[in-house]
Parts: sequence; C-alpha cells; structure tokens
Amino acid sequence: MSEMLEVSDLRVTFGGRGGLVAVDGVSLRVAPEETLAVVGESGSGKTTVARCVVGLQRPDSGTVTFEGRTLGPAGRRPPESQRAIQMVFQDPRSSLNPRMPVSDLIGEAWRTHPVTAPPGDRTEALHRLLADVGLDADVAGRRAGDLSGGQCQRVSIARALAVGPRLLVCDEAVSALDVSVQAQILRLLVDLRRSHRLALLFITHDLGVVHQIADRVAVMRRGAVVEEGPAGEVLGAPRHEYTQALLDAALDIGVEA
Amino acid sequence: MGGRVTAQRSDRSGTADPPHDGPLLRVEGLVVDLPRPDGAGDTLRVVDGVSFDVPAGTTVGLIGESGSGKTMTALSVIGLLPEHATTGGELVWRGASLLRPDTDWRRVRGHQISMIFQDPLAALNPSITIGRQVGEILRRAGRPRAEVRHAVIDLLDRAGVPDPERRMNSYPHEFSGGLRQRAMIALALAGSPSLLLADEPTTALDVTVQARILRLLRSIQREQGLAMLLVTHDLRVVAHVADEVVVMYAGRVAERGPAGAVLRRPAHPYTRALAASVPAVRTKTALPDPLPGSPATPANRPSGCSFHPRCPLARDRCRTEVPQAREVAPGRWSACHFAEEVFTP
Repeated sequence: MSEMLEVSDLRVTFGGRGGLVAVDGVSLRVAPEETLAVVGESGSGKTTVARCVVGLQRPDSGTVTFEGRTLGPAGRRPPESQRAIQMVFQDPRSSLNPRMPVSDLIGEAWRTHPVTAPPGDRTEALHRLLADVGLDADVAGRRAGDLSGGQCQRVSIARALAVGPRLLVCDEAVSALDVSVQAQILRLLVDLRRSHRLALLFITHDLGVVHQIADRVAVMRRGAVVEEGPAGEVLGAPRHEYTQALLDAALDIGVEA
Repeated sequence: MGGRVTAQRSDRSGTADPPHDGPLLRVEGLVVDLPRPDGAGDTLRVVDGVSFDVPAGTTVGLIGESGSGKTMTALSVIGLLPEHATTGGELVWRGASLLRPDTDWRRVRGHQISMIFQDPLAALNPSITIGRQVGEILRRAGRPRAEVRHAVIDLLDRAGVPDPERRMNSYPHEFSGGLRQRAMIALALAGSPSLLLADEPTTALDVTVQARILRLLRSIQREQGLAMLLVTHDLRVVAHVADEVVVMYAGRVAERGPAGAVLRRPAHPYTRALAASVPAVRTKTALPDPLPGSPATPANRPSGCSFHPRCPLARDRCRTEVPQAREVAPGRWSACHFAEEVFTP
C-alpha cells in the first residue's frame, strides 16, 4: 500500500448519544512526503480529525491507519508510531511551558522517546536542530516565555522534529502569527518537508496558504469532506458549491469592492 | 430610522457640527506614552508622531502587526487609552481639539464617535438582552420612550440581524459570532455617530461571515455617509473596504495613501513585503522571500528607521536617521529614505 496515513470513515460525537456530530464519516489519505491541506470554517470538524490522527481524540467509529498499522489513542500507541506522528499547534505560547528553557523543552522530547536521543553530548545536536528551524544557538538557553511568537513556533517545530517524525500534523500553525512572520514559518515548513522528507497534514481556515503549501486539499463542512483533489484543480475549478462559496468569500488583495 | 439622534438631553447645544474646515478627524503628530509594563521608571512611546486625516464619509484602514501602535491610535481617538497613558500632538475633531482636559467624552463617545471590537462577547453585557442594550443608548440619546422599541428593531434590521423583533429578546450568548458582531454594529450605530472605529471587526469570524460583515459595514458606511477608521492586520480586508490606508510599524507611520495604489504599488519596503506575503487564493503563486525577524516593538525599537534590521534596502543612513514622511507622489506619503527605489509612480 502506497499510503502512509489512512483515515477511514471516522465519526466523532461530542456530548454522548444525540450530541453534536463533529466528524461524520471522514476518510482521508496522505502518501509519504505528501502535503494534504484540510480546509474548513469553525465547526467543520477539521481540528477534531487532526486530534484523532495524533491520538488526542478517540473516534466513536472508524480507523486511523499509519504505515499499515491501525492506531488507538495516544497512550496505547506503540512508541514508534507515536513519535512518527508529531503535532504543531496554533498557539505556541500555550503549547510550550513559558518558564522552561528551550534546551529543556527539546530535552523533554528526547526523554519521552529515548531512541531518538542523540548519543553523548547533546549540545551539538540541539544546536543543529535549532539551526534547522532557523534559530541561533543562543536561543537554547532562553525561556519560551521570553521569545517572540515566531521564535516560539520555530521551537515547537524543533521539538516535533527532535524525535524524527515522518508525518507532521499542523493545526492552524501560522494563524496566530503576525503576517510577516507567517510567511517565514510557511517557508520553513516547505523547506523542512523536503530536507526531512516529511508528510504534512495541514489544517487551516485560510484558503490563501493552500496553494503555497499543499499538493492536495480536502474541503470540510459540518463534519464531512465535501470535495477533495489536487490543490490546483480544487481551487482553480471547484466542483462543490461550498468550495465555490469559500473561494468567493476569500479576499484577494488585488480585488476592490 | 428617521432623523438624526442627538444628545440633546445631556447637552442643550446638541451635537450639531460646529462650522469647521478640513477633515472630520485630523490626527497630527500624535504621541502616546505608556508606563513600562515591567515597572521601570521611564515610559514607553507606543505611538510616535502619527499623522493622518479621516475625511467625512470615507474609510481609512490602519494597518499594522503586533506592537505597531494601531490600536492605541484608535483608542486615543475615543478617549479609551489605559490609565496613566499620556498623549502629545493633536487630535482635531470637527475643528476642535479632543486632547484638551475638559473634553466631555460622554458627549463624544457613542454619539459622535463609536467603536466596535474584535470580540463582541467582551463588549456586550452578558446579562442584558440585545434589544435593551441598544435601547439604552437610544434612551440616553434622548429618543422618546415610545419610539425606542421601533428604533431598536430598525437598527438590528439594518445591521442584518434576522427576525429582529424576536431576536431583540436574546442574550449575547444565544447569538453566533457573526450575529454578535452585527448586534455590536447596531449598538455602535444607535448613537448616530459620524465616525465608527472598528478594531479587527472580522478577525475572529469565519471567512464567509467575514465577507458578509465587511459588505454590511461598507453599505452602512455609504448609505449614512459614516466615516470609518478600520484597524486591522489584514491587508485583504483593507483592500476591500478602505479608501485610504495608513501603514504603521513600531508606533510610526511607514506609509499612507489611497488604499488600492498603496497595496498595488507600495512606496515603503515594509508595505511591499506585507503585500507580497498575502497569497493569491485562486492561482498558484511562489512563496515570497519572507522578511527576517519579528516586528519591532516600542520596547525594543531599533535606532534610525525602526524597520532597518529587517529591510532589504537598509544602509548606513537608515541605522542613524529617523526618516520623516514625505510626499513621493500626489497623495502618497512614505517614511523611507529610499522610497524611490521601491515606488514606481
């Protein structure tokens, strides 16, 4: 099988029986080194799908299969699958302990997955990792709370990379950043994807970034995928009226009201 | 709604325009100093010599990233700066200064100048129905009791709240994000202001809702001849709604001019980089070369031109000399020593 990740007929309901159906039969595939963007508005279920993939949310039914192995919730995954799928969250300020030095944040990832810890002196490996995400070595000694939003997001990406993932799940990873910093992080993800041979599951509400980063795109609405295909086709010639509505609502800079 | 609502009960002279020449609002060399958050003795200059005009009936977009001073500029216009803030320069509203100590803000705020915020839940009272909150402003503006209910329904209707007769009895938490923003727009319009300050009014909304709210603001603004100062980080919003644009960086104006012209043919390297970082939606564009580093902040403002550490054009002069805004083409102002290298008239 050529797929790396296969999400099959996923269903998630919040609030028990008769509750809110957040994800209603979603199936997705991601091939090795491929980037799939999942686009939708709030309440579309895109983040819930991402949380199922990393094992933070247990689906009511359906399966998450990674490299041929069906995965349960995070705590019950084999360590190898656990480390192979890493997540980058929207707000690095709330996903990183602000009082912890960057070196400890990365060290923690290595302690969690000892097979990935560099042998011997870790300083050099740490500096190499920071360089990979465009940070100077002196950032290692600084606390996350003293860094800018863009630097924080680079640290969370470094923490994910530290354990050698093959799939990076990015949930609105650039949405909370300043416009000029968003472009940096997008460029970084595109570069890392190539250099580290990563597959990306890129969750976003912003159609604008899809073209820049994704090979394929899945458009979600009310818990279901309404359209899926190569990014150029879906955005260039949408077949579903909801995709068309999203495109019509998305503002381009060159257009005036 | 019939006729203009004026604050005649609180002030016999009313809010009729005193005769004045020039724009509705003139911001002239505005300076805002705040106490340092770390408690150190001196102050932080968060707005540093900002100048622009808001002519009646026009929309001015105030663009900036975090720390640019855009929100502080807007808050100073409506007298809502944090405690212990000190101001300098001048804010001229209909020909008279707003920065005098005797400015009667209760007469201005909500009646002549209103504001809507990014998060309507924080601005609306959670324990009072939407209808009563809007009605309260109308009553305080002197609207006779018998007319208030009808006027509330009319305002909610114009703000696009469906079924306003029923929905006026709802509480804010019963509204969706888009409806809450509409309710806040109705609230802001209740005092019949001449200027609406909108601070990131659509940032928290879904794209489809965002487009509808922007259309609504645009049509209300046009129908009523309302002026709007739209504060946002989103160039796309400005491109769609604003007539003029003011681009701020680290508390200063980098560039200002007609919105379409500034965004298409910037005259400052910062605007150029911002515009390049907004991806096209329908066509595949290459990822731009991003600006290095993070936005400068007032607490950490570089010498000379604040933008120089991130600027591809920077040279010695930029490190030492603060650039003054100058007119590089009719109506186009740029605070870049080398604007001519960016700008093609």
